[in-house]
This record gives sequence, structure tokens and C-alpha cells, in this order.
Amino acid sequence: MTQAQARKPVEGFLDNKKFLHPKFVANYGNWKYHDRPRPGVLHHVAHSGDQVWTVRAGTQRQMDHYTIRKLCDIADKFAEGFVRFTIRSNIEFSVSSEAQVAPLIAELEKNGFPVGGTGPSVSMVSHTQGWLHCDIPGTDASGVVKSMMDNLYEEFKSEEMPNRVRLSTSCCEINCGGQADIAVIIQHTKPPKINHEQVANVCERPTVVARCPVAAIRPALVNGRPSLEVDEKKCICCGACYPPCPPMQINDPEHSKLAIWVGGKNSNARSKPTFHKLVIAGLPNNAPRWPEVNAIVKNILMTYKADARPWERMADWIDRIGWPRFFEKTGLPFTKYMIDDWRGGRANLNASAHIRF
Amino acid sequence: MAKQPHATPLLDELEKGPWPSFVTGLKRLAKDKDYVVDVLGHLEHSYKTRKGYWKGGTVGVIGYGGGVIPRFTEIKNEKGEATFKDAAEFHTIRIMPPAGMHYDTNTLRQFCDIWEKFGSGLIAMHGQTGDIMMQGCTSENVQPAWDEFNKMGFDMGGAGPSVRTVMSCVGAARCEQSCFDEAKVNFNVTNRFLDDIHRPALPYKFKFKISGCANDCMNAIQRSDMAIIGTWRDNMRSDEKMARAWFAKHGVNELVNDVINLCPSRAIQLKDAGSVSKDAHITAVKVSDTQALEINNKDCVRCMHCINVMTGALAAGKDKGTAILIGGKSHLKIGALMGTLVVPFMKLDTDEDHEKLVDLAQTVIDFFAENALEHERTGEMIERIGLANFLEGIGLEVDANMVSSPRSNPYVNTGDWDEEVARMNAKKAAA
Repeated sequence: MTQAQARKPVEGFLDNKKFLHPKFVANYGNWKYHDRPRPGVLHHVAHSGDQVWTVRAGTQRQMDHYTIRKLCDIADKFAEGFVRFTIRSNIEFSVSSEAQVAPLIAELEKNGFPVGGTGPSVSMVSHTQGWLHCDIPGTDASGVVKSMMDNLYEEFKSEEMPNRVRLSTSCCEINCGGQADIAVIIQHTKPPKINHEQVANVCERPTVVARCPVAAIRPALVNGRPSLEVDEKKCICCGACYPPCPPMQINDPEHSKLAIWVGGKNSNARSKPTFHKLVIAGLPNNAPRWPEVNAIVKNILMTYKADARPWERMADWIDRIGWPRFFEKTGLPFTKYMIDDWRGGRANLNASAHIRF
Repeated sequence: MAKQPHATPLLDELEKGPWPSFVTGLKRLAKDKDYVVDVLGHLEHSYKTRKGYWKGGTVGVIGYGGGVIPRFTEIKNEKGEATFKDAAEFHTIRIMPPAGMHYDTNTLRQFCDIWEKFGSGLIAMHGQTGDIMMQGCTSENVQPAWDEFNKMGFDMGGAGPSVRTVMSCVGAARCEQSCFDEAKVNFNVTNRFLDDIHRPALPYKFKFKISGCANDCMNAIQRSDMAIIGTWRDNMRSDEKMARAWFAKHGVNELVNDVINLCPSRAIQLKDAGSVSKDAHITAVKVSDTQALEINNKDCVRCMHCINVMTGALAAGKDKGTAILIGGKSHLKIGALMGTLVVPFMKLDTDEDHEKLVDLAQTVIDFFAENALEHERTGEMIERIGLANFLEGIGLEVDANMVSSPRSNPYVNTGDWDEEVARMNAKKAAA
């Protein structure tokens, strides 16, 4: 297609009003409260007296068009033709009468879409692209997530956790999956293997040098060609050099491990938002079902479920019981790698005589 | 009918179990598309060798500098030919979703038709940056597919060093906690920064996320350079009928343990119904004939906890608006950073209020474009230059709400103290 024939794009963002359920338009900004008649269902009541029931169901996020068409069929036949997606890739159908709820749930479950993810449940994992599409993935988030959600299926469908549980999975340390109550993230354990043949052709060397958080990379001449070298004693194996320079091969089938982090919380409810903390590393990248990761995620979740009080998020619970007891109760080893030595890390040390026995 | 499928023993394991399987979805697509047959072969190879095999490149559409994520296979034979030749290219087109990710089915079906025709038929709802990810397209088909999406009225999302697709929560459309019109902010911000979204020219990415209350369903504080978070200034509202109903159902133990004890600023007390304070800053609501909750709104930090627990019985006030935090981001390069509060409150009622917010965003982005180093996020820039310098740069006055505590070290030259106090007093007097 030549420039002359090209269609000029129309730039601009649509008003979302035409995508809203009519009850949402009628009661925009005028809702009074909501409750949850059963797991997976939200019931919103407006100041006008209008009511809406919303049924939430899990999806696989990366959906074939047949799946989306099936969801549309369900929305047209059993709901009122409108849906929305949550930030965790759950789909929501809203209906104007309570009588529509049970048939809608039955239809969703008949077609393999679990209904749940509301209130104190384990919602779908927020995750990244992985081997299917990413250019720098250490693992396949979609696969890790599928195996995790199979494992936590009942916890998605019920509301039996102390408070909501948000999970994430990320295929590298950039952590595109985001902060979460439990986050599963690739942790590389070996410095990049450098493909010196390619560096000069592919990489802008000063950019790569600048990208390193610990200044471990410097320009070098290797076999007479301009390349890079890594001070392996300094290298923290973060993989930051890999995106701007793929010859810095950080991914390794054996040494790219998985780590689990807990206690991230985005909400301001009760405590201020928190970042998740490292609680175990060195787990094998064991495709296709990642059994070692799944066993530990479930162990942490069940320990939290049994021990936390109502409304305590993972972070609130650990704040009450203390980290030593978290490690004691979950049986996870506390190692020197959990002692923060990054900038500002002293703020994470115990500068007090507050000790739990 | 498509060609013979590759054996995928590892991926087949991901068809087991009750959760919906993306592998089963890919296999459905592979029945009709050689393209997806090879995508499955490509992915199986990754599972077998535990490595990724896509590399970036340059693919775009006319008029835009970003928004297409190009992917070319690196699984090749000795002659340099793609082993999975029908999946040699697997580009993604990022499309901005309607604010709050609300859809009618007609729109979704049109997406399906276009992507079935031009792409792999695989759509991610949604990517972590907030876009509809139209996954899997050849270079040749990117432009015609894009034209069809654009004819529907949809526009391309951001990628690279640009303003990214703006995300907002379910919002006023279906949430009683909403403190402003989130979709309107999303609309205004997006439309102001279209050029910065579509033609990446900033030092690095810049993200906006909009949450209608402090529950922050959009992870704005942790994940965005500019977090717009709903809050209110006046007293919390209450509804005695619903408060009594809540208490009748849950009882005094839950009221004390789950509501009062979990208030982070100890703003709530349980009182005899006859002895609640009449102070103007008190929200008092009877839970029974003899007992009442007394909430000191001067102590309340608007965290949302008690409102979440007693929805309807307690609610945000009426003098609503937004707080703004700047500089949240994930790990690379200097470590994950939360946003920092720079505007404690701003009204968002009138069009002028909304205009003011977008103007502030413009000032922040202009300052960022001018002052950040290459590949430096807003939060990292602020860490480097200091919050006070950043505030001066964008024309905001300091406020004690911006800190957890004042400085605890003496390493600052306070020689201009008198001038600074005089300047601030003069400014206050003029306001």
C-alpha cells in the first residue's frame, strides 16, 4: 500500500457511555451500596431504587474468538447484551432482575466458565505474556497461571479467605504482572552469557551499559570485535541488559528460577499500600505444570486462610504475627537473601527491641 | 481445514483441570488456521527447551510511531528459514478499551470478525498496560486489520517511550465508592495526550491510572506515573437503618474486631447512643437503641476500610474529588517505587475542574520530557532531583500531607529559612 492510497487514521478516544448497561447509564454516579448474595454475584442498589445483579466469571485471558463469541452468546441470551472485564480478566454480566441470576450462572458453568472471584476469594491471576508472545520471557505466565488456577479453583468459586487474595505472575524481574498478595516471578541466578558475535550488530553499547543497576557492564573488545563484558561479582542477574541487547542471554532453562513474593497490597484500606516481599527463591521453572511453585503457593494460602483474622489481607496478617512466625508457620526457610541490601534497604531492618517469642 | 497439527505433549497437559484453558482455545483456532498450528508448534518448542523465541523489530501502521508490538521467530534452520514458517511473524496490535472495560456484545463480535479475518483469532482481555491485545498477526495484515478497528471508532494504545493507554476502574457506572467521573477523566486525559500516546518521544513510558476511591482497584499508586485517586473532604455519610441492620446481623464482636479495631487512625469509637459528640466533625450513627458509632472525620484518613465492611451504612462524604500521586513504577532500574502524594485534594465537578487536572498532567509531562534522563521514569527522576525541586518545577506548593514525616537528618542548608517562610505567608495571604 503506498502512502497516497493509505487511509488516514481517526485519532481519538471514545466516550464509554454507549458501552454501558442501560441501568449503569440511568444510575451513573448515584449508587448507594452493594452486597454479595452468593460468591460470584454482586448486587448493587442505587439511590433511585434500581437494582443490578452482576455475575463474575473467570476466563483464560488469552481467548480465542470462539470463546469470546460464546461469552457474547451467553450475554445476549441470559444477560442483557452488556459485559465488562475486570483488571484480572474476569468477565462480568449485569442483569436487571434477580430471577436472571441462576440461569446465567448455570449457563456459564455449563460452558466451563467458573463463577466466583468476588469478596474474600482468590481471584484470577494478573499476568504477563510469556513464551507465547514476549521477547524476553523466562517462563510462560499463561501456563503457570492455568496450573495455579486449576489448583485454586475452589478458592475462586468460594468466599472463604480472610479477605480478598490477589495473585500475579511475571515472566521476568520487570514484574509486569504487578504487586500482589502472592506473586510468582522469574529470578535469574546466573549472569548473562554474552553472544559476542552479535553484540556489535544488535546493541547500542552505551545504552546497555547505562541500563545496568549496579554498573557491572562495560565495553570490551572480544576477538577483535566490539562487545561488552560483565563483572560477574557485581552482577545481580536482574536481566535489565537483555531487553536492549538480546545477545546478553539471561534466560537459561536450568538457572532461570522462580521466586515467590508475598504481602503486596494496592488498596489503601487499613494499612498504606505495600510492596510484596521475597519469601522463597530457587524454584525450578518446571513446565508444563510447575508443581513445586503450586505446592508452595497453596501452602502459603492455606496457612493464611487458617490463621488470619477476617479482613486481614496477607500483608495485614503478617504485620500482626511478624515475619519470624510467617516463616515458622509456612515452613519456608529464612535465608540471607531476604535481608535487603538495595538502596534504602536499611528501612526494612528491625531497628527496635520489638521481638515476638 | 488447516494442516496437520504438531504433536504438543507438554501443552496438552495444560488442557487438563477445571480452569478455562488457553491451549484448548489455540487448538480450536488451529483447526482452521495453519498460522495457529505453527503458533502451537512454536510454543511447544518453548515448553520443551524452556526458552522464548520471539524477537522485536519494526512494524507499524501509517500515521503512528507505536502501538504495534512486532514479533519475529528465532526458531530457524541452518539456512535461516523459519522452522514454523506459518508463524514466522506474530505481531500484536494494542487497542485502547472503552473506559472501565465496559462492552456491548456487538462490539466484541466485530473485534472477533476482524481478528478472525486478519489475525490469529487470539485476543487477550486485557494486557497489563490496559489494552485489548490483538495477538498474532503477519506484517502484511497489520495495516488492514488496524484500519478495520479504527473504522469501528477504536484507537491504538501506547507502547515504547510514550504516554500509555490510560486505565480507569468500573467507576461511577456501577460503584457506590466512586468519588468522581473516572471515565470522563480517562476520556479527557487520553484525548489531550493522543500525540504522546501514538508517537513515542518521551524519555520513557508515562502511565496514568484512575481509581475512583482509595481501594485503588487500578493499582494506580504502585503502577502509574500519575495516579488519580478519588477521595472526599467532608464528613462521612451514614444510614441508620442500614447500620442497625448490619449490627443486627453481625453483632458487637464483629463491630469491634472488624470495624473499629482495624481503623488505621483510631478515628472510630463505640459510644452510648446518648453520649455521642455533637462536634461538627463527627459522624455519629446508631447501631442499636443503646449504642452508636462515633467517627471523628478530622482523624479519618479516608482509607475506605469501614465503608468496605459496612457498605451502605457508611459512605464517602458529598464534597468529593481526587488526590494525585506521582511517580509510581515497577522495579527497573532503581527498584519499585510508590507514587508520592502531590495534590491532597482537587475538585472534579465542573468542566473547568477537569480541564485543570489535564493541564496539571500536561505540566508534569512537559517537565518529565524536559528533565528526565533517557529511560528514566518520573519516580526515578524525582528521586534524583528531590521532591521539592520537582514541585517547584511543576508549580505546586509544598504541603505537609506529602510526607510520612519531616526530614530526620540535618543534611540541608536552611539559610534561606526566613525568605521561604515570608514567601509562603505572602502566597497564603494572596490566596
